[in-house]
Amino acid sequence: MNGDEEKMTVIVQTIAALLFPITLIFSFYVIMHGHLTPGGGFQGGAIGASAIVLLIVAYGVRNIEKRMKEENLSIFESLGGLIFVVVSIFGIFLATAFLANFLVGKAIFGQIPAWGEAPLNSGGVLPILNIAVGMKVIGGLSAVVMLLALITKEGER
Amino acid sequence: MNWMQHLPAFIIAIPLFAAFLTPLIDRINKKARNAFVLIAMAITFILTIILFKEVLEKDIITYVMGAADPTQAIPKQAAVPIRIVLEIDGINAFMALISALISLIGLIFSFAHIEERGGRFYTLFLLMVVGMLGMELTGDLFNLFVFLEIASIASAALIAYEFRRGSTTEAALKYIIISSLSALFVLFAIGLLYGEYDLLNMAAIADAIRTTGLSNIDKIALILFFSAFALKAGSAPMHMWLPDAYGEAPGAISMVLIGVTQASLYALLRICFTIYVDSMHVIFPAIIIILGLISIFIGVTMALIQEDVKRLIAYAAVAEVGYILLAIGVGLYGILNNEVETYARKALQGGLFHIFNDILDIGLLFLVASGIIYITRERNLNKLGGLAHSMKYTSILFLVGLAAVAGLPPMNGFASKIIIYESVYKVSPILSIVAILGSVVMLAIFVKIFHSVFTGPKITEYREVPKLMLASMLILAGLIIFFGLFPDVIINNVVNPAVNALIENTDYISKVMGW
Amino acid sequence: MIYNLPFITVVLLIAIGMYAIIFKRNLIKIAIGITIVESGVNLFLITLGYREGGVAPIFTNLPPNISPEQIPEKMVLPVPQALTLTSIVIGVAVLALILAFVINIYKNYGTLDANKIRRLKE
Repeated sequence: MNGDEEKMTVIVQTIAALLFPITLIFSFYVIMHGHLTPGGGFQGGAIGASAIVLLIVAYGVRNIEKRMKEENLSIFESLGGLIFVVVSIFGIFLATAFLANFLVGKAIFGQIPAWGEAPLNSGGVLPILNIAVGMKVIGGLSAVVMLLALITKEGER
Repeated sequence: MNWMQHLPAFIIAIPLFAAFLTPLIDRINKKARNAFVLIAMAITFILTIILFKEVLEKDIITYVMGAADPTQAIPKQAAVPIRIVLEIDGINAFMALISALISLIGLIFSFAHIEERGGRFYTLFLLMVVGMLGMELTGDLFNLFVFLEIASIASAALIAYEFRRGSTTEAALKYIIISSLSALFVLFAIGLLYGEYDLLNMAAIADAIRTTGLSNIDKIALILFFSAFALKAGSAPMHMWLPDAYGEAPGAISMVLIGVTQASLYALLRICFTIYVDSMHVIFPAIIIILGLISIFIGVTMALIQEDVKRLIAYAAVAEVGYILLAIGVGLYGILNNEVETYARKALQGGLFHIFNDILDIGLLFLVASGIIYITRERNLNKLGGLAHSMKYTSILFLVGLAAVAGLPPMNGFASKIIIYESVYKVSPILSIVAILGSVVMLAIFVKIFHSVFTGPKITEYREVPKLMLASMLILAGLIIFFGLFPDVIINNVVNPAVNALIENTDYISKVMGW
Repeated sequence: MIYNLPFITVVLLIAIGMYAIIFKRNLIKIAIGITIVESGVNLFLITLGYREGGVAPIFTNLPPNISPEQIPEKMVLPVPQALTLTSIVIGVAVLALILAFVINIYKNYGTLDANKIRRLKE
């Protein structure tokens, strides 16, 4: 079985391929601006996962699974969780407490304006935590959908 | 830097960190993964011991996440606690100690038989530990809900671990539906309290209820909390998920699940004894006592007719929960009637000591049963027999667990049950009669199992259970005998601080509110 | 009356969800029931966060007619929103787990009828 019968029509495939990068960019936008605008790690991650789900729907789960192994997605997810915990523990070592914002006043992400407009590199550790959550949600949600699709397909064989 | 003040954060952070690192190490080397998980769990256990000693010295420890001064619960600009506060007094530290100990023993047992998909198993295991410990350390209601859900999701996935047997998934589905629904009730109750007081911190809410008196909304929230946590703690008549979940869970997970239910029991204690105790109606402890009696009755009678060995032990676990609830209800009743010294303190001593003993006794029986199932691939009592010929050590360990659960001296079950009988007698003799009768029936049940599983002619030649399994059972049996021989040591050093924390509940509130 | 409308909706949603969980036999419908109860609870939490005349706590997107001195009083505390978001995240995980279990049950038992799935009942 080469998995061709799982694919949808060429129109759907082309549109999905076109939309995939745009959706991912939007997802990164929502994740990166999580500390400034509505949104954040989970919301952006859910958008990113929906990009992968779009590919799964259009190209069939087995074809996508060959390119994008479920294990790799899980590893990606674990990395996100790991970054979150490590950054939180750094709060103890570099500042005062667990989850403390140790980047305030420091070089790259350190600027925190009082009110109003803020640049992207503000918020201390919040953007890093948002990215970590985003990684976790992209990896986790798309792995969940992929696995659910795979075990459903297994029954048909 | 003062390392001791960061202990509570590390106890939650280390298993969480290990849980996310385990899948990565699993890809490289399986042996390294096992060693890593064991080290992480051992460090967590040692930290809970240190935490317990710290609590003995300092009485109450607070830790504020992400604050400039992690010991200051209320920040300078605010009047109420606004950050996530971990607050540890005697009872929290006691429960965390039990959970970490039991998880460590369960982990050692799991190394013996978990081979395929081990990376996922240990990740879920550590996440379950995070949920348990988080529930037991947090001082924030919403945090409690989050950790409750983490523990439920991880344990549901672990129950369904042997997913090729369909019945495991059936049990796990029942478990996750029941626990997510009860967690939603908890969340709704949290919403009610938040809408009324704009607070999420347990100590602050307790303070607010003290000053404004019990409103109708508080009563609704109390009933929602109580029913949800009693359901999660496995008290009859809401126990229907428990035998399935315990019975179908793989190996040591049945034992660690007792820790998860006891975390819910802890939440019940916190709600009753800290938040609501001053304005509680006396009908409430009566309800807890009745639930305890029903649990004892249903637990032992249903255990009589079981054929699956793990399900039978699970029903015995329901009965043990009944003993704990009975003692706690009597303790609460005594506190409300201002009879702390006559019987309430003693009842709470017995109840909390029995929390520890319950997990050791039932845990040992579960481990023995899991070992037998692992070797013989047979769960039905009627088809097992004559195992004492080939499994000498296992049968002796089973005898220890049997005597402990039935409350025979010199085991730990006797030590705590005798305190419970004595103290509940002062409220009503009927309570102790039911409790003693429950123990007698329990003894009959387990003698019956011992007879049908271990004695009799040899049917098939089996090997002894693996060494790691034996080691974990031996640790439990050693603790059981030690607790039974020297109950005073444990009661004075471990149980009494927890009892004091339950009785003198104002300390918990004043530490956060900064009186 | 109009301010009570969200709370009436909350009660209705929870009632509908409980009805589905208790009286429906199809496992998928039970899962849907849990989701409905969850959305009821989420709606309840988010309703608690409403303050008359308040503005959303987004620093970069303030309404133009508001002066910076007014902001601390006008901005609502984002705790209920944070609670709702966390609850939604947890709900996703629970739903995924329930669906995975339902699929596995269907493969093992060949049915989704809750009354026929009782290997554990003696």
